[in-house]
Amino acid sequence: MNARRILQSEHVVGWAFAFPAVLLIVVFGIVPIVWSALMSFQRTNLLSTPEWIGLDNYRALSKDPLFKTSAIHAVIYAALFVPLSVGGGLFAAIALNRRVVGIRFYRIAVFVPVVASTIATAIMFLWLFDPYFGLANWALEKVGLGPFGFFTSPNGALYSIVVMTVWGWIGFNAIIYLAALQGVPQELLEAASIDGAKSWSIFRNVTLPLLGPATLFLVVFTSINAIQLFDEVYFLTGGGPGTATYVPVFYLFQLAFQQGIAGYAAAIAYVLLIVIMILTAIQLWVGKRMVYYAS
Amino acid sequence: MSEQTIEEVTGEALLEPLPDDVDPGQGRTVFSAWHLVLLPLALVMVIPLVWMVVTSFETLNETRQFPPVLVPGSIRWQNYRDVLEQAPFARWFLNTLFVTVAVVIGNLVFCSLAGYAFARLKFFGRDVVFLLVLATLMIPFQVIMIPTFLIVRQLGLIDTLGALIVPNLAGAFGIFLLRQFFRTLPIELEEAARIDGASRLGILFKIVLPLSGPALATLAVITFMWTWNDFLWPLVTIYSSNNMTLQLGLTTFQGAHQSNTHLLMAATMMSMLPLLLLFFVAQRWFIRGIATTGLKG
Repeated sequence: MNARRILQSEHVVGWAFAFPAVLLIVVFGIVPIVWSALMSFQRTNLLSTPEWIGLDNYRALSKDPLFKTSAIHAVIYAALFVPLSVGGGLFAAIALNRRVVGIRFYRIAVFVPVVASTIATAIMFLWLFDPYFGLANWALEKVGLGPFGFFTSPNGALYSIVVMTVWGWIGFNAIIYLAALQGVPQELLEAASIDGAKSWSIFRNVTLPLLGPATLFLVVFTSINAIQLFDEVYFLTGGGPGTATYVPVFYLFQLAFQQGIAGYAAAIAYVLLIVIMILTAIQLWVGKRMVYYAS
Repeated sequence: MSEQTIEEVTGEALLEPLPDDVDPGQGRTVFSAWHLVLLPLALVMVIPLVWMVVTSFETLNETRQFPPVLVPGSIRWQNYRDVLEQAPFARWFLNTLFVTVAVVIGNLVFCSLAGYAFARLKFFGRDVVFLLVLATLMIPFQVIMIPTFLIVRQLGLIDTLGALIVPNLAGAFGIFLLRQFFRTLPIELEEAARIDGASRLGILFKIVLPLSGPALATLAVITFMWTWNDFLWPLVTIYSSNNMTLQLGLTTFQGAHQSNTHLLMAATMMSMLPLLLLFFVAQRWFIRGIATTGLKG
């Protein structure tokens, strides 16, 4: 009777239910976070016994020209990708939030790239942006531009990746904005329009502020995404031409899995983690202020 | 993160169907100036996909022309057959399907159990553990992949499908999504069942889960998409062609057939087909799932 009661207590049942998932998250989530930190203070190549070297990895990192190049590329990429994909998503969401004939088709057209994998997207754009036979150069030629080398051009490769990834993310951002737009109380918009406000003014002064939380979320979310850029670079350009598209995660991958310099790579990972934590903290901080402002 | 900000970010409305689903055809105008915006937007978004499909039916010769051949001379299904013959495509397809289904089932089971525990049961250390789970939600995989690789190697899973399945059987996203959903369900039903002597497991499976269709469908669809499309983790853990997934296989196929654009497009199309079908069938769950990703903040 007593044993039965213990077995049915919320402590036991709760832990029994949570245990499998929590174990997986600890082993493949929490442990690696801590281990990464330790590795970043070690010299290790994934095979030998690690050697403790203190801050040496971080010191070397601060003087590594290739890391600097990667970081600059990440900043340039983010500075373009974030406003273009968030702004594009907002634009698409406003257009899609209309009841017009064919809206179902328009929505599918904007949303469907979301299910395309990074590799499938990269293959599609490799073909679209083919320097010799690509559709893009053909269209640009019609308006008197090009031809461009796109992914093969030292000056254009990074921007070509921006265009491609913006295409891939607009649908995602539009969905978030569309959900937020539908949360805007209809009474507010009607009240403003009865007061004689023009539609642009209603959008600027009523709708846009109410979209603030969604915008905040998307800016931070897409920034974190920008920092994670890897698949497209690995597959399309291999960091090139030269080092034109080297980005931190690509560099990290090369160091850890191709050159076996894992401790140093872990230091890069931790720098990225800190940047991401700062971005998340900013989001929470601004978010709190916004909530207070709204109430 | 507090629950206020979560609702603030996503808005309650996202769990409602889009208005289009509510009253189709009502109050629509036949022509609106918005078409002038929507049509170009839609075209830009579908061109890469349409061009892939068109090219996948062309001959090699047709792909090597400039200006490009916009309408192929005939629909060459042979390209698709060639792909299946020239690469272990069927194998990659089955590997991907197996891994994806296993991961989806794992997430549905383990995240339901954990989500229910965090939503309804008071157990020792619950809040600390939940915070720990939430903390992993914002850590991108790229940042922890080196030690994760070492752990999976220690488990002897490198170059097996297990490497792709085991670490992903449960995730913070699913736990969080389901916990939030379970908390919105009326607790009275569960209390009544408890008085009738039902066990917690019985309540979860007979009362809570049957009411949770939308949340479970959302989790299933999103997990399916993430797993199907994942590239970096398979790249790090899988070496043999026999154990590759489609994304990894596509890159090796591209390496071997760089100039066979028509075959490459057919291969890419085939790799996307299941997700495209799922998208058309379960569009609302995709949209709901993505809107819920807003919770990730």
